[in-house]
Amino acid sequence: MGTTLAEKLWASHLVRKGEGGAPDLIYIDLHMCHEVTSPQAFEGLRLAGRQVRRPDLTIATEDHNTPTLDIDKPIADLTSRTQIDTLRNNAKEFGIRIHSLGDADQGVVHVVGPQLGLTMPGMTVVCGDSHTSTHGAFGALAFGIGTSEVEHVLATQTLPLKAFKTMAINVNGDLPEGTTAKDIILAVIAKIGTGGGQGYVLEYRGDAIKSLSMEARMTVCNMSIEAGARAGLIAPDETTFEYVKGRPHAPEGADWAEAVEYWQTLVTDDDATFDAEVNLEASDLEPFVTWGTNPGQGLPISANVPNPEEIADADQREAAENALKYMGLTPGQPLKELEIDTVFLGSCTNGRIEDLRAAAEIIQGRTKAPNTRFLVVPGSARVRLQAEAEGLDQIFIDFGAEWRNAGCSMCLGMNPDQLKPQERSASTSNRNFEGRQGKGGRTHLVSPLVAAATAVRGTLSSPADLEGADTLVGAPA
Amino acid sequence: MEKFTTHTGVGVPLRRSNVDTDQIIPAVYLKRVTRTGFEDALFAAWRGDENFILNQDAYKAGSVLVAGPDFGTGSSREHAVWALKDYGFKVVIAARFADIFRGNSGKQGLLAAVVEQGDIELLWKALEAEPGKEITVSLEDRTVTCGDITVPFEIDDYVRWRLMEGLDDIGLTLHNEEDITAFEGTRASWRPQTLPAKTEPKQEVVAARPAE
Repeated sequence: MGTTLAEKLWASHLVRKGEGGAPDLIYIDLHMCHEVTSPQAFEGLRLAGRQVRRPDLTIATEDHNTPTLDIDKPIADLTSRTQIDTLRNNAKEFGIRIHSLGDADQGVVHVVGPQLGLTMPGMTVVCGDSHTSTHGAFGALAFGIGTSEVEHVLATQTLPLKAFKTMAINVNGDLPEGTTAKDIILAVIAKIGTGGGQGYVLEYRGDAIKSLSMEARMTVCNMSIEAGARAGLIAPDETTFEYVKGRPHAPEGADWAEAVEYWQTLVTDDDATFDAEVNLEASDLEPFVTWGTNPGQGLPISANVPNPEEIADADQREAAENALKYMGLTPGQPLKELEIDTVFLGSCTNGRIEDLRAAAEIIQGRTKAPNTRFLVVPGSARVRLQAEAEGLDQIFIDFGAEWRNAGCSMCLGMNPDQLKPQERSASTSNRNFEGRQGKGGRTHLVSPLVAAATAVRGTLSSPADLEGADTLVGAPA
Repeated sequence: MEKFTTHTGVGVPLRRSNVDTDQIIPAVYLKRVTRTGFEDALFAAWRGDENFILNQDAYKAGSVLVAGPDFGTGSSREHAVWALKDYGFKVVIAARFADIFRGNSGKQGLLAAVVEQGDIELLWKALEAEPGKEITVSLEDRTVTCGDITVPFEIDDYVRWRLMEGLDDIGLTLHNEEDITAFEGTRASWRPQTLPAKTEPKQEVVAARPAE
């Protein structure tokens, strides 16, 4: 019987098979570090007198805490500054490559790895950040780890792990105009729930997935964790190879040919079976938005706020009641009538150049809603430089948006970019948890197209709602 | 790590599902570089509400949290486990845990015990009927006892063994270091290395400024 892609990746990184109920020992090809989840791991190494086993398979950048304004000045928040200084000192002490604030390769860790060509098919990739699932878009087994595991990887370049189960997410058909990878993944999470993927590696398959660009595939895999799965995968193909080719760390010459030959074997065999399968028809999708306080509480944008009384499951009903109270919503309210105070375009989910291009195309020549703030935070300094080279920065600035430096920013509000209590956001990020974007802040997760249209109208909107929408690329055919 | 065999302490019924790690410890508390001292950060937003369960005198000394399903979803922050431990919790009981949270718990000696939702309801009722009531969790027998109720819990055999022995993962792995070295000898030479660093040409990044 054949094997799935996830099982092939596992087998090719098996250092030692666990015996008598012990976990397998798995080799890690790339370990990325940032300032928030690493300090206690380095401290652990120091206390035990251990070294970093493979500094040449490790890289660090600063993202979670970094300000997006005045980055050439000392960081005003003292605890943030301490955390970043700690990372810099640890990188120096243990001989680890670091891209610091102000460096062209600084940015959100999951944007930086792929753009440097460090993320490739067939690898195992870890980071002390749950959105490490992003790198699965390349056909790599990539997952988030806790700080104890960060220390474990630093010391041994391996992790003891129990095998995952496998789940196929088949997305067939053609995605309608105006819908995006973000809408696919929000629909998947709404369908299987925030716990539906627990214990599984998700493999996204089907025509709708194959036709996505590499960056769109990263958006899909990025939010696998919001369905409870530690990792999401997409089998590598020509789109993947084309994206990797020529990047700074991509193999060259004979190495390239050898690598591609290997990468082409990284597919789920036709006769392999998954532990679970889920099917979704892409042509049925429309732009998706969340109404609640977990990413599974999402609906098509044309829907109304749900009525908890109509939810059969008691847990789900109570969760919905709590969510509506926190979000300040009434059952039956059309989602499109919700007024939005802040639009956030950015994050490891939707902070890449294609996301900025798509949003810029919608807003170009239009005017921002007067009471809506629009924050644009590129995923990395390179993305920002690329956008500036294309003139996108000027489109955003002319529209009335704030054009910022790179980082995680308002996705989790560890830096000064936060919502105020009761402020409502349309955010291209990945989590709508209570208080995530600032204490009392109310988050609606959206695609970059919905974010842009919302910034124009001031209420949750899709590009099709805009005047003259039929002339826009983002409009329905 | 301290060995864990049984624990008895005040049970805290937390009737919420999907308690995510942003609720367990908001991101603003993640800026510390130490591994202890997170007790004030636990459920920080909810603790502002005087009716929140940990603000009620009977439950303040709680050490066994009985929560709804899908506990610990969201971010990978191990700080969530540290905050629970620093507050004084030794055990979290739920019908389902997020994978990363459960893994982090096992590594830090916090017992994440999986109990069927029907049994959780029994425990909730017992704890609410008599606030401050104690629960005994036996890792040896894999049981949770509250008054005359005893229910089983599930835990991975290997994690249970490690907790009972108080063993450290890194030490266990380094026992097999020769296997790691042997594996490294088989890796293809074109596999990427971060060093020496390669990048696109260096470019200046202009600092964004606050709006006028």
